[in-house]
Amino acid sequence: MYPANVAYHRASSVAEAVELLAENEDSKLLAGGHSLIPLMRLRLASPASLIDVGRIAEIQGISVCGDCVCVGALTTHSTLASSCDLQSACPIVPEAAALIGDPAVRNRGTIGGNLAHADPASDLPTVAVALGATIKATGPNGKRSICAGDFFQDLMTTALDDGEVMTAVCLPAIQAGQGMAYAKMLHPASRYAVVSAAAVVTVEDGRCAAASVAVGGVETAPAKASSVEAALTGNALDAGVIACASAAVADDLAGDAIDDVFASGEYRRAMAEVYVRRALTSAAERAG
Amino acid sequence: MTTRIFSSGIRRREDPRLITGKAAYTDDVTLPGMAYAAILRSPHAHARINSIDTSAAAGMDGVLAVFTGDDINAEFNPVPCAWLVPNSDLKTPAHPPIASGVVRYQGDAVAVVVAECRYAAEDALELIDVDYEPLPVVIEPDKAMCDDAPQLHEDAPNNQAFHWVMTGGDVDAAFDDADVVVGERILHQRLIPNAMEPRSAVAQFTQATGELTLWSATQNPHIARFLTHVVTNLPEHKIRVIAPEVGGGFGSKIPYYADEVIAIFCAIKTGRPVKWTATRSEGYQSTIHGRDHVEDVELAADSDGNITGIRAKVWAGMGAYLSTAAPGIPTILHGLMYSGAYDIPNVKADVYGVFNNAVPVDAYRGAGRPEATFLVERLVDKLANELDVDPADVRRKNFIPAFEDGHDVATGLTYDSGDFAMSLDMATEKIGYQELREEQKRLRAEGKYIGIGITTYSEICGLGPSQVAGAVGFQGGLWEGAIVRFHPSGKVNVAIGSSPHGQGEETTFAQIISHELGVDVDDVNIMHGDTSQTPMGWGTYGSRTTAVSGAAVAIAARKIKDKATQIAAHLLEAAVEDIDYENGNFFVKGSPDQAKTIQDIALMANVAWDMPEGVEPGLEASTFYDPPNFTYPFGTHIAVVELDKDTGRIDVNRYLACDDCGPQINPMIVEGQIHGGVVQGIGPVLCEGAVYDEDGQLLTGSMLDYALPRADMFPEIETSSSVTPSPHHPLGVKGVGETGTIASTITVYNAVMDALKPFGVEKLDMPLTPEKVWRAIHANGKEN
Ligand SMILES: Cc1cc2nc3c(=O)[nH]c(=O)nc-3n(C[C@H](O)[C@H](O)[C@H](O)COP(=O)(O)OP(=O)(O)OC[C@H]3O[C@@H](n4cnc5c(N)ncnc54)[C@H](O)[C@@H]3O)c2cc1C
Repeated sequence: MYPANVAYHRASSVAEAVELLAENEDSKLLAGGHSLIPLMRLRLASPASLIDVGRIAEIQGISVCGDCVCVGALTTHSTLASSCDLQSACPIVPEAAALIGDPAVRNRGTIGGNLAHADPASDLPTVAVALGATIKATGPNGKRSICAGDFFQDLMTTALDDGEVMTAVCLPAIQAGQGMAYAKMLHPASRYAVVSAAAVVTVEDGRCAAASVAVGGVETAPAKASSVEAALTGNALDAGVIACASAAVADDLAGDAIDDVFASGEYRRAMAEVYVRRALTSAAERAG
Repeated sequence: MTTRIFSSGIRRREDPRLITGKAAYTDDVTLPGMAYAAILRSPHAHARINSIDTSAAAGMDGVLAVFTGDDINAEFNPVPCAWLVPNSDLKTPAHPPIASGVVRYQGDAVAVVVAECRYAAEDALELIDVDYEPLPVVIEPDKAMCDDAPQLHEDAPNNQAFHWVMTGGDVDAAFDDADVVVGERILHQRLIPNAMEPRSAVAQFTQATGELTLWSATQNPHIARFLTHVVTNLPEHKIRVIAPEVGGGFGSKIPYYADEVIAIFCAIKTGRPVKWTATRSEGYQSTIHGRDHVEDVELAADSDGNITGIRAKVWAGMGAYLSTAAPGIPTILHGLMYSGAYDIPNVKADVYGVFNNAVPVDAYRGAGRPEATFLVERLVDKLANELDVDPADVRRKNFIPAFEDGHDVATGLTYDSGDFAMSLDMATEKIGYQELREEQKRLRAEGKYIGIGITTYSEICGLGPSQVAGAVGFQGGLWEGAIVRFHPSGKVNVAIGSSPHGQGEETTFAQIISHELGVDVDDVNIMHGDTSQTPMGWGTYGSRTTAVSGAAVAIAARKIKDKATQIAAHLLEAAVEDIDYENGNFFVKGSPDQAKTIQDIALMANVAWDMPEGVEPGLEASTFYDPPNFTYPFGTHIAVVELDKDTGRIDVNRYLACDDCGPQINPMIVEGQIHGGVVQGIGPVLCEGAVYDEDGQLLTGSMLDYALPRADMFPEIETSSSVTPSPHHPLGVKGVGETGTIASTITVYNAVMDALKPFGVEKLDMPLTPEKVWRAIHANGKEN
């Protein structure tokens, strides 16, 4: 558990981070270090240099303006979990953030690092996909926005380019008639998600006007559950409808499922239905 | 001023330094000129080493030396096994400190780098080029004894390390005549001990004097010194072993490891003090594992539920080499305990020790007794099921009746004292057993499934009489030395040969002294861990420290009291017979106001101005206490679990532990031991276990995958206790370090099986992960 030699640079602005990335070959951004440093200690990653973005003030913190909640990439999980603004503007994020790892992990780990790392067992990617979040990045060619649905491409692979720095995650604020919920089966050792589900439902006149559901932990990237969404839309969200719609998640998980010592692919698929149902049940209740 | 201190839950004096990070462990030892060792470990579970090229590593900046098996094995002896169980055809293939020619488990040492810093040493490991030729691998103990299994050692045909048979009564007749026979195949998966402090060693060799000092995270520094002598041939009087603060062990720091030997070799060869500290994942591959049993077990009974016999065939995985105490665990500490709390006339244990391509196995909290208790209590529950009677009733029917001074069981042991029926009554009443059964029925009707598990156990600890140790092949004694020394000011230092590492004896032994001699508990200091400052003793394990070392402390204190009485008689100008003692005061019968305090006497004894004739100066006593028997704590545990039918997840809703470890010196510490033990025993039922793939790769190689139990998995653990003194211990106390683990695994396992009964599930292999349970309840389609 001793990493190889590595050079260290600290960036004081996003612009400087972008420059340092360009100047230093084989360099990696370092935020909270709670995904990258474990890899380095196992020597599964041995970058030549680290560009520490941890102290860049401009990409920390949460601001709500109108329908948009803008979360700086460096915002820690514990800030997410305890933010009153977020609790009222986008409550699924604090709900999920509070379930990440343990206090030490939450105090260091950041939303940007979590999304950029794109571990299929992570919590926030699933939430970002269900919310339809927008990821903001700055690179040598300027700024761009990437929607969460396109961001997560494969196991630990995102749409970010090597030279880019994620600066913020923009989340749509909760609307009247909306309910959102996150349900997670914790791995007993790592506390990562074995299976998780994030659900956002909009209820109008007693019926589901819109639903967005994503499943984590089963495939190499969060899966959008469009069959579930379709089965909900237009229906009253009672237990029967939710159960029926949840069962449709099987159609949304057609790819290879993750399979490890703790849980087989078959079990994960079966649990996707259970956790989708649990997330939907809470979301529907909260929608009122 | 003295307060009554025995049976008082005073706070642990160890804790302030531990919880503020001020304790100094082996890895905190820093010496001038220190160098750092990193060990290259085999990535293969079984392979021939065709060649090793260390030249690039040796040439790296900052590297002082690189050694391989050829270097060390030419000068040092193999790492010994020290429990040579007799009449078992035991094979002890050589365990070279660094592999030579063949590696036999993933993690076997292949080379060592000594460098100016740990980082350089780790970098250099990557430059060592080893040409391995992989060999076939065997992991499961029963498969390792099949005809075509890969062979680990030439001198252990069929991978058989030993075959040990114990019979009491006529087992075959009992089974022939039985009305009912129940049986099961039980698997105890490998467990990876996780002390908070990883193993660590610092070796310093002074060429000019020939003296070696070894700081080592060990539970038994005196054994480590003796075995250092055995391996290195250095004379024992020139070896000093120091166990500084040791951050837990749970058995994993009993063994004498190759890694310590390697550190010593490096220190001698480089002339520099050398430190080696395991990383957590390195520990997973090189620190002993626990359990690894495959057992075919059976119980015979008559149609009224009277148990007539129990027998088991056990394949106990030993790993690739025999660790220090390994052969004794599945035999002496397991096979002799098949009677449990019951009057069973016919018992047989048939145990094979088996080499397999995995980390060596040795004692892990409970060591053999959790497996024995599991076996007995599982079978008793199966009998209850078979006869369709309440599991509590079958137990009551078969208990050994209460005894205060010895009861012989069929395996040849003599339990010291016990009252099992009282214990079961106490526990069932406390938890409201009948109400729970009714609630269970009601909930089932609603489609909710709770399960109730009961265990009444008797366990053997306080190891033990040295004569017995010898008879069962333990290559050492099991007595303990203690020295109690009064300073002129009346303060007391006590040096003990045992080596507490988290259990709290610095506190409880001070309570013993305070209780025996009336000094304030804060005036007593307990010294342990340094072989140059402590009397001989065999260490802390097997719930023996209070039972054996604590007895030594009490007896040494009583010797002090005898001498103090003589001095008091002299000073008070009275006859010794006329002296009374109370609470640290010595006085002539009837005149307590004219007393000499123990402090007065300590001062006089130390200055020796006016001593009775023929009495030596000083107030100091030493004892070497060899217990006449083991101690046998007992108790009843009850668990209530609940099934989440959707996911297969099991939650523990209630856990009650009623234990009897005799009089409690410090009830708070007893409770702490029980809490920790219970949790440690439940881990393997619900989540914990080492998993190797068929190539012998450890898939649970870090804490990311190896699931230790966590606080949030548990309800408040309810405890209560009864007090049945040991008839032979000077304070009546028994051990309590392992009872929780010994009872809790099967208690929760039986509770889960009880919850799954409506689904027709009778057996599942641990750990009972949600997926396993979910598959089982869906497989049968009952009650869905
Ligand atoms: C014991 C433990 C338990 C955990 N449990 C969970 C859990 O239950 N759920 C969960 O979701 N996560 C869990 N995590 C992961 C944790 O949330 C990490 O902190 C997080 O995934 C990464 O965030 P970080 O800030 O630490 O990133 P770092 O480790 O610093 O970086 C991770 C990756 O992201 C890149 N990166 C970081 N910041 C940026 C940026 N601004 N722009 C572009 N790239 C960037 C880095 O270059 C690196 O490749 C756990 C971690 C540990 C150690």
